[in-house]
Amino acid sequence: MTHVSLYLLGGIALWVLGLHALMLQRSALRRIMAVNVMGSGVFMVMVALASRGADIDPVLQALVVTGLVVAASATAFALRLATADAGDNADTKQPADQERR
Amino acid sequence: MPELTVWMSWLSWPFLLGGVFFFLAGTLGLLRFPDVYSRLHAVTKADTLGLGLLVAGLSLRSDSWQSVGLMIMVWLLVMASGATACQLLARYQREAESSKATTEHRQANDAR
Amino acid sequence: MPAELIFDGILILLLLMLAGGALHVRSLYNAIVLFIVFGLLLALTWARLGAVDLALAEAAIGAGLIGVMLLAALARSDAEPGPRSGRAAIIVSLGLGGLLVAMLTRAVWPLAQNTAALPDMVEIQLAASGVSHPVTAVLLNFRGWDTLLELVVLLLALLGVRQLGRTTMQLPTAWPILRAWSRLLAPLTIMIGGYLLWRGSVAPGGAFQAGAVLAAGAVMLNLAGLLPNIRWDSGLTRSLILGGIAVFALVAVGTHWFGAGWLDYPLNWSKPLIVLIEIAATLSIAVSLTVLVIGENEQPSP
Repeated sequence: MTHVSLYLLGGIALWVLGLHALMLQRSALRRIMAVNVMGSGVFMVMVALASRGADIDPVLQALVVTGLVVAASATAFALRLATADAGDNADTKQPADQERR
Repeated sequence: MPELTVWMSWLSWPFLLGGVFFFLAGTLGLLRFPDVYSRLHAVTKADTLGLGLLVAGLSLRSDSWQSVGLMIMVWLLVMASGATACQLLARYQREAESSKATTEHRQANDAR
Repeated sequence: MPAELIFDGILILLLLMLAGGALHVRSLYNAIVLFIVFGLLLALTWARLGAVDLALAEAAIGAGLIGVMLLAALARSDAEPGPRSGRAAIIVSLGLGGLLVAMLTRAVWPLAQNTAALPDMVEIQLAASGVSHPVTAVLLNFRGWDTLLELVVLLLALLGVRQLGRTTMQLPTAWPILRAWSRLLAPLTIMIGGYLLWRGSVAPGGAFQAGAVLAAGAVMLNLAGLLPNIRWDSGLTRSLILGGIAVFALVAVGTHWFGAGWLDYPLNWSKPLIVLIEIAATLSIAVSLTVLVIGENEQPSP
């Protein structure tokens, strides 16, 4: 049992934990967090595999760096989509507020 | 010369253990203390001291002046940001409490 | 070695507990705070596994910017519906989860013993790549296409957010101590961002990390009320965001016309070309992330 296999197991556990919450939770924010946890699990498996050899695998690490930025972009878009209704309400509410002023 | 480094590494142990002790104490305070202010007090003070002791202990073991300087700068930055965050959280808590108190006061007046 | 394994085990347990808390704790606000702590510990994990590039990016993006976005979304969203409950659902999900863990472990376990051929190939080609840090060499030379398309993904997310219209978020006036602290930190973030960019060719660092740190600094200044909103409408913002993609694409086309092929840099030109792309990409990523997090907030005028 080396640290690589420990982190492989940890990554798998994180992924399954995220999937479980994704199916069980009904709130959009929680589901977005669940997808992020799943992504972190995948990244952990990849980074653990990158450090399995004598020297560290830069290709896998570079892939994860790219993946992190893509995940952040997708999260930002998803969060905006999830709160789109609330934002629209605020938009329609705003003119009324201004009239009152 | 090797004797000096051996001495230094022995000397660093009390600092490192003291640092660990203060981190543990601060965390215990954060978990166990009853209200926000005393929790903030515990966590910021004990952690700043704990980090300072850790930096002192690791400086005794480090072999270059550059890393000692870097660690001291990290400590200063963490200390300043801890103090600022503590101040902000405490102030937020006080404003939340006072606004809650005024609404309760007003409700009591209305009821009367 | 056992001491290190104990550290690894505690770190993984903490990560699992924080993730479980973030996904199942009753109050959504507490959940988001736990998620931010999860991101910070994840950065520590990457550093432990020798992925310093990733640790830097995770600390700035995963823990910092996503935290701000989640809290802003929480302020906009309505009360959350509770989770699905019921004994059957819990039993079925536990059983399926255990089965999945077992299957995935069986699939992934043998990979730990394999050795990959790619690190050696990178090692051999590193001298020809123009930079001496292997991760940067992969990102900007060997697999430059990934990085170019990643900038496009960032732009697409930005355009998607923009299509949904502006949001309103009422920010209270910042307290003086927050303003003073942000003023103090702003030059530090610029210095650290510049340093990460400059170091990227020889050590962990580079365009993503530098861009994320700069964006975090800009978001902080904006939240403290010291920086006006960076709007997509302004020409400067657009040219900075599109500049990264444009420079990258121009280099790709140029190497195709005058050189060996798409993004196949000539030997003596590779270092300056990579530095040029990295500078443009840093500015593009910094401005894109900033606009993504705060740009479309319509702050009602007081």
